Amino acid sequence: MLDLTYEAPTPKVIQGAKHDWELVIGLEVHAQVASKAKLFSGASTQFGAEPNSNVAFVDAGMPGMLPVINEGCVALAVKTGLGLKAQINLVSAFDRKNYFYPDLPQGYQISQLYHPLVGEGEVLVDMGPGVARKVRIERIHMEQDAGKSIHDMDPHMSFVDLNRTGVALMEIVSRPDIRGPEEAAAYVGKLRQILRYLGTCNGDMQNGNLRADVNVSVCRPGDYEKFIETGDPSVLGTRCEIKNMNSMRFIQAAIDHEARRQIAIIEDGGSVVQETRLYDPDKGETRSMRNKEEAHDYRYFPDPDLLPLEIEQAWVDEIAGSLPELPDEKRARFVTEYGMTEYDANVLTAEVENAAFFEEVAAGRDGKTAANWVINELFGRLKKDDLAISESPVSAAQLGAILDLLAKDEISGKIAKDLFEIVWTEGGDPAQIVEDRGMKQVTDTGAIEAAVDDIIAANPAQVEKAQGNPKLAGWFVGQVMKATGGKANPKAVNQIVTDKLGL
Amino acid sequence: MSEPNSLTIAAARDALRKGETTSVALTEACLAAGEAGGKLNAFVHPTPDLALEQAKAADARIASGEAPSMCGIPLGIKDLFCTKGVPSQAASRILTGFRPEYESTVTRQLFESGAVMLGKLNMDEFAMGSSNETSVYGDAINPWRRGNDETALTPGGSSGGSAAAVSADLCLAATGTDTGGSIRQPAAFTGITGLKPTYGRCSRWGIVAFASSLDQAGPMTKDVRDAAIMLQAMAGHDPLDSTSADMPVPDFEAMLTGDIRGKVIGIPDEYRIDGMPDEIAKLWAEGRAMLEDAGAEIRDISLPHTKYALPAYYVIAPAEASSNLARYDGVRFGHRASLAQGDGVTEMYEKTRAEGFGDEVKRRVMVGTYVLSAGFYDAYYNRARKVRTLIKRDFDEAFASGVDAILTPATPSAAFPLGQMEDADPVAMYLNDVFTVTVNLAGLPGVSVPTGLDRSGLPLGLQLIGRPFEEGDLLNVAHTLERAAGFVSKPEKWW
Repeated sequence: MLDLTYEAPTPKVIQGAKHDWELVIGLEVHAQVASKAKLFSGASTQFGAEPNSNVAFVDAGMPGMLPVINEGCVALAVKTGLGLKAQINLVSAFDRKNYFYPDLPQGYQISQLYHPLVGEGEVLVDMGPGVARKVRIERIHMEQDAGKSIHDMDPHMSFVDLNRTGVALMEIVSRPDIRGPEEAAAYVGKLRQILRYLGTCNGDMQNGNLRADVNVSVCRPGDYEKFIETGDPSVLGTRCEIKNMNSMRFIQAAIDHEARRQIAIIEDGGSVVQETRLYDPDKGETRSMRNKEEAHDYRYFPDPDLLPLEIEQAWVDEIAGSLPELPDEKRARFVTEYGMTEYDANVLTAEVENAAFFEEVAAGRDGKTAANWVINELFGRLKKDDLAISESPVSAAQLGAILDLLAKDEISGKIAKDLFEIVWTEGGDPAQIVEDRGMKQVTDTGAIEAAVDDIIAANPAQVEKAQGNPKLAGWFVGQVMKATGGKANPKAVNQIVTDKLGL
Repeated sequence: MSEPNSLTIAAARDALRKGETTSVALTEACLAAGEAGGKLNAFVHPTPDLALEQAKAADARIASGEAPSMCGIPLGIKDLFCTKGVPSQAASRILTGFRPEYESTVTRQLFESGAVMLGKLNMDEFAMGSSNETSVYGDAINPWRRGNDETALTPGGSSGGSAAAVSADLCLAATGTDTGGSIRQPAAFTGITGLKPTYGRCSRWGIVAFASSLDQAGPMTKDVRDAAIMLQAMAGHDPLDSTSADMPVPDFEAMLTGDIRGKVIGIPDEYRIDGMPDEIAKLWAEGRAMLEDAGAEIRDISLPHTKYALPAYYVIAPAEASSNLARYDGVRFGHRASLAQGDGVTEMYEKTRAEGFGDEVKRRVMVGTYVLSAGFYDAYYNRARKVRTLIKRDFDEAFASGVDAILTPATPSAAFPLGQMEDADPVAMYLNDVFTVTVNLAGLPGVSVPTGLDRSGLPLGLQLIGRPFEEGDLLNVAHTLERAAGFVSKPEKWW
């Protein structure tokens, strides 16, 4: 594995009315497992199905129904753990988290409080070239998602959709290693990227596929270092948990607001109350979710319907063997293998599909040119039409063919861009298009010489001027290109014009 | 031949195979007996049409020469089992009107082997009780009386309807479930055989859960051979129940040799509880002598943590129940309270559960909620789990030292009058389970066998406890004890 060297970013400092303050942030990210069936039933996990159509008896909490673990979900969670360089616990266990809600039909969520499947790991969060935050993962456990309560369909009644009930989630719990709102958003972005590389979560935040609970506290500069040294959390401030964030932009805004709220309370002589809060994106503020009387006591205890989950090291090794190349490694390889900048490598590896497209284009071709074309032409054009790379009208093979024509000097850079546009809108084999439409670059010096002679003959005044000022030779080059419909090889034209003018 | 409904499974099976009777005849006799036995309040949802349909199919199967042992045998099914399309409400108001769209694994296996369902049987609500007095259907009545005394007695619980029905010959046998003694105690109170198999032997899928780590289905039959035959059809690995054991199911009936020479029977000193009635002590001593006469070696053993079993049980079982019963919330099935203007979801839960659950269920849900709550979890639930481990270890050590089975009384008394415990401390009722809960906590098989009558003429039973998954050996000891005791008494028909 290639190791990128990096420095830790500077913690965000917020200036309060009286002091400077720093932030301490930890996240619990809930990632929906990209499995076909639910964690404890055979019902489908397909998003957007008719309400209450993907529901097994056990999902609906029918009397006497029992959960049976879905091995595929466990495999994906193990894969996630391995992708986060985490320890895999060969023995884990499921616990019940008890509370009443209509979208929780069993009256409890099956989770893993006491013995999670995955232990400590880490994520490297890039904050700019050569700057990254190492965020430690405390644990990843598996649990069931809840259904959805719908309160706005009827003035008097609420509805429940159990399609999501029992879908497998991975709760990825970080240590309080994150030191600013931007870092928090970048952390979620990096996690999402890794999960998508692994194929263990679709990471579609809009559909609630990836959600985060954010723990925020504030402290004075120096306190965090004391905490790291001693491990004593009491040197830090009291934290609040902002629940259920599903946008990186909101995560940043919520943290910023929450930190300022806490600072104001402390500086006014008050103290922060540990509680759960919700972010209201319309008002841009967080508010308390429940008061003390309603504080939940989840009464966790081992689920007696499920035996401890025991997995074999050989099975874990098998999954480890199937692990794809992950973003950090891929990026480092792109830099060394294709000689591109770290910035370009970042852009190309942001999404695993982009990287794959690029590598298909770059195979057997010049990496830097391929990178330029993918990033500038293809991504630009995709963005213009608001398309995903999977929907690109120009395939990697077609783009590769365009680059081949360019490399063989059969077309100029300008023609190549025209050709790209033709392939984009009309499709077809680029080489054939060039052939059929006579777009080939003219490299026949005789033809170019004739064109240059014509233009020199027709413009004696310009010739005189150019001979006095060689910079004006460009005018002749332009005229020749115009006369040849852009197909003349610009290098050859330049040379011939210079020669003929005697410059 | 005696009345068809009073036959054992084995006798009926042999008669069916020989063509001496038909399943329809057996079923009709049972249905008639059931109707005549209405006063016992055993059958709460009779299914005569389904029964006759199944009986006809069984007769056709027997005629075609394919007749598993249970084929054509009319059974009663405890209301705790979900039976497809048939009311299955765990004797609770909260499941009023609930007809499952699925069949429990145990009943499915029984029906696939050709058994006939006569109807659903009374029980304590959610199997919580030892007297069948917590049922929404009202008390089931024990067919046995104290001589000429007409006082209505409890058939025990929670499988009280099953016990009453088998004892009064309203069916040939019945299913029961046992979480702390709910098969063995009512069997002892009604003079029948009740087997709680090893935890994991029978699938729990489709059985309304009370305490998942303790619940186990089992047969309630007229003799030990029938228990062996019926267990055979009920048992087996079920991929739908993660706690069901992937173990082979031997031919239990073939293991009833009556030869227990050289077997070691343990007599645990700790079961000699304070205030044990003389009659129970005498019964126990007689049982010990019978097994010794049959060639077994009797060994006094110690199960030192026995005294902690009942308190541990009454922490663990309510804890699991409080969570298992959370799903009865009025949202998706069963009873929902009518709501007042402005009531929200919390009021719906509160009113529905207040109306839907009886007092004993509420008590256990509250106890369970309490022992799992923050700050009390370690003191109660975790400690109870540790005690459970110690109790299991006591048994493991006894078996490791060469003991093959353990003999104890099944109950501390004979059947008591209905209503007698009404004003008593609930703990007094819980004491009924004192000899049986250890077996559930340790996950072992236990069988209650009638071996005598008390001085007022009520049946008494002894319990045999076996090694895990050795029901065959256990039933062989029980079969030997049964033969030696020669218990043949039947309740005098008054209903």
